[in-house]
Amino acid sequence: MADAQVLLVHAAGLHARPVVTLTKLARTFASRIHIAANQQGPWIDAKSVVKLMNMKTPTNTHLFIRAEGADADAAVAALVTLVSNDFLGGPE
Amino acid sequence: MSNVGIVIVSHSPDVAKGAADMVRQMVGQGIPLAWTGGSPAGGLGTSVEGILGAIDAAWSDAGVAILVDLGGAETNSEMAIEMLDPARQGKVVICNAPVVEGAVMAATEAWGGSDLATVKRTAEELNHED
Repeated sequence: MADAQVLLVHAAGLHARPVVTLTKLARTFASRIHIAANQQGPWIDAKSVVKLMNMKTPTNTHLFIRAEGADADAAVAALVTLVSNDFLGGPE
Repeated sequence: MSNVGIVIVSHSPDVAKGAADMVRQMVGQGIPLAWTGGSPAGGLGTSVEGILGAIDAAWSDAGVAILVDLGGAETNSEMAIEMLDPARQGKVVICNAPVVEGAVMAATEAWGGSDLATVKRTAEELNHED
């Protein structure tokens, strides 16, 4: 289990394009990955575009990311980097 | 690994192409994708031939998921599936989902290497969320 917190700096919040970029990156890991806008949850499956979009997360929200699985550390690190880099440099 | 292909069918070629553009820009080049729209005469409509061509263009051994807009698009897609080689028929499904949103969701799922049933289910999740 790995977890981290990252500030959502993307100006439009977690809208369609960043969600797709984030989901694609999450899917490159075997671990189960969840994201929340609040430490108490609800925890949303980071591999589901529909569920992530429905979080309707505005900019300047602290996102909580946690992963369970063999590559959990790498998954959390990659997602934190993506979010803090304003969703640039995701998988093609 | 071969990814599920996505076909977009709209009465308007502009809508079909626009939805495909959104998929390409958001999800990227990693999946087979084709679109078709408009009647053979150049007006609004869909055609079985056009849909067959799109299925062929987006063909994948993992199967093809079709997103349609309104009534005739679905009927013509069903006819196109019936006209396919029997070996291919079982590998093509029509998703009950909004065409633009469903195409993006289905393509993202396909990009990750999911099977055809999972791609269809993800596109249709849109109907069950608020």
